[in-house]
Amino acid sequence: MNKIVEKENFSEKVVKLVVEAPLIAKARKPGNFVIVRVGEKGERMPLTIAGADIKKGTITIIVQKMGVSSTKLCDLAVGDYITDLVGPLGKPTEIHNVGTVLCCGGGVGVAPLLPIVEGYKKAGNKVITVLAARNKELLILEDEIRKNSDEVIIMTDDGSYGRKGLVTEGMEEIIQREKIDECITIGPAIMMKFCALLTKKYEIPTMASLNSIMVDGTGMCGACRVTVGGKTKFTCVDGPEFDAHKIDFDEMMSRLGGYKTEEKDKLDHFQE
Amino acid sequence: MERSEEYIKNERKKEWRVELQKKTKAKDRMSIERVHMTERAPEDRIKSQRIEVNKGLTAEEAMVEATRCMDCVNPTCMEGCPVSINIPKFIKNIERGDFLQAASVLKETSALPAVCGRVCPQEIQCEQRCFYVEKLHQPAVAIGYLERFAADFERESGKISVPQLAESNGIKIAVIGSGPSGLSFAGDMVKLGYDVTVFEALHEIGGVLKYGIPEFRLPNAVVDVEINNLRRMGVKFITNFIVGQTESLDDLKKEGFKAFYVGSGAGLPRFMNIPGENSNGILSSNEYLTRVNLMGADAEDSDTPVLRGKNIVVVGGGNTAMDSVRTAKRLGAEKAMIVYRRSEEEMPARIEEVHHAKQEGIEFSTLTNPIEYIADENGRVKQVRVQKMKLGEPDASGRRRPIPIEGFEYIIDATVVVVAVGVSPNPLIPNSVEGLDVSRWGTIEVVKDKMQSSIPEVFAGGDIVRGGATVILAMGDGRKAAANMNIYLKEKYLSQKVEN
Repeated sequence: MNKIVEKENFSEKVVKLVVEAPLIAKARKPGNFVIVRVGEKGERMPLTIAGADIKKGTITIIVQKMGVSSTKLCDLAVGDYITDLVGPLGKPTEIHNVGTVLCCGGGVGVAPLLPIVEGYKKAGNKVITVLAARNKELLILEDEIRKNSDEVIIMTDDGSYGRKGLVTEGMEEIIQREKIDECITIGPAIMMKFCALLTKKYEIPTMASLNSIMVDGTGMCGACRVTVGGKTKFTCVDGPEFDAHKIDFDEMMSRLGGYKTEEKDKLDHFQE
Repeated sequence: MERSEEYIKNERKKEWRVELQKKTKAKDRMSIERVHMTERAPEDRIKSQRIEVNKGLTAEEAMVEATRCMDCVNPTCMEGCPVSINIPKFIKNIERGDFLQAASVLKETSALPAVCGRVCPQEIQCEQRCFYVEKLHQPAVAIGYLERFAADFERESGKISVPQLAESNGIKIAVIGSGPSGLSFAGDMVKLGYDVTVFEALHEIGGVLKYGIPEFRLPNAVVDVEINNLRRMGVKFITNFIVGQTESLDDLKKEGFKAFYVGSGAGLPRFMNIPGENSNGILSSNEYLTRVNLMGADAEDSDTPVLRGKNIVVVGGGNTAMDSVRTAKRLGAEKAMIVYRRSEEEMPARIEEVHHAKQEGIEFSTLTNPIEYIADENGRVKQVRVQKMKLGEPDASGRRRPIPIEGFEYIIDATVVVVAVGVSPNPLIPNSVEGLDVSRWGTIEVVKDKMQSSIPEVFAGGDIVRGGATVILAMGDGRKAAANMNIYLKEKYLSQKVEN
């Protein structure tokens, strides 16, 4: 178990890993995540599941090099084993046939978005997906998303691919063009915040999937707490998806930086 | 496993016991002073999270202390033990110098004697019911120290006995959670001949014994020896497996598991819901202790970060609060302070932990309650506003209720705040099993003393039933559940009647 059977470098900082995990492959649903740990001194780190193959007994995870732990994971090669891998965790996405769904993904947020896009399509919805990245090189999973969407709009910050502009510009154009019944957004917190502000204006029910800091991922540590509708929730067991119009994104962004200094120290130490 | 009164009485009449009883006069026994535990000096021990405070008794000290025990006809101490250890029998074995035999007596009823000797609140259990306390109003026989001595002696001798196992009956049992309750249950069931598999969500076996209780109180090596004993007895352990998520209870049934024991613990940390509580630098004791104890964040080479700081405030008065505040001291806090809303007398922590904390320079601010956290411009906590309290009439817990003194508030500086005000049951199992009766607090409902849930083949115990208790009570539940599940399974699958 936990053997890496396939590896693809999407870019210098983003890696796709296909890992043997037959039980998780079978049990996972769109929206679920896993916790991984690399090495005996390794940190527990939550990662979303980008896909699974029940027959082969594998799951796909997409990792962006950020700190020590993600770098260690990205540095593993085919044939290596991930020390610990547990899941699936979190509540799955509630997918129904609602009509037309707008799916918005930014950066590596496109990875967890993919199974949700697949789910919505399978449930009989019209799926319009807006993908956003800083540049062409950082755009991931375009083909897979296209396969499961009725329409795809690509936005890049520098205009190196698709159209130049922010994800919200692509979204608003769609919203003004046709009736959207539901929206989901996954990506950097700041992006999700602005997606939520936009869909709130148009009163479109919207979910956002959060990538809070976690230790155990099973409800034990409370590091992942987030304020939703004035109440404290735990991303790991109450989420990771919440009503985007009720999330306190400013608090969430601040909490993502809760260990910034300590994490930077670890990274500096690691790179020495 | 039989623990009838008659058995206890017959044991007491064995030749060697009678000889010991005659050997020393009661008066001489009573004239011995209770032994003192040797401790590492506070200034040395606070240098590391991994130095155990108590050094343990020497063989000589243990034998003298064991002589104090009167070997009572009616050993009330045993009534105070949630797992009914045959206390006089093990102590008298120490008195006669047969330490390995003493350890084997402990293991008749306790899966984790070296753990219990260190973390049980003996002062409100066995030792409170000791003849010395009840009749003489003198310090109790140091039952906890002696238990630890016997278990440590056996471990260090390398001659660890494996309890006798019944013939295998081939019935597969799943245990959910590898904390004290699950381990205790697993130990009893494997002895009865069942095929036992323990499923653990984390990457380490031991539950709260590993992630919660720090090594200065309970070294991991001690826990691992007890876990390895269970392994040698045939218990299988599977880590990184969350029952209800990785596979459902129904999946496990299809794989042949006939019954389940849920000891998944009180996962969810409680917060106080006061303004500013989600600021950075404010964390649960679960998070703080897990980062340090389980993930090793006290060591430079660990990938897991932990927050350090000058002023650490820990909110709460239980063992977890003491563990957290003493951990903070060991991580280099200049000032580590307990903020507790009642007075010291009402603190639920073991007396020894409070005593050790004070030796280590922990400050205590009792009758104060946080009402607001104040953060800096980066969202990081810098101060706690506290409310001064006074004590009123006793509440449902029997402790005097804290009442705010209106208008008496002040500010305490804090770079890190650890909230240790209790835990709620882990929702993963209650949420994932259909037909399981759950209370409005999220605990699993069981038939008292049987530990059987609304689903006949599912038993439960420890914090998932109690909502937050002690290691030993969780272990007691595990034992009760094992005894009753045995009756249930023997009747169902082996058409045998079992007397309890």
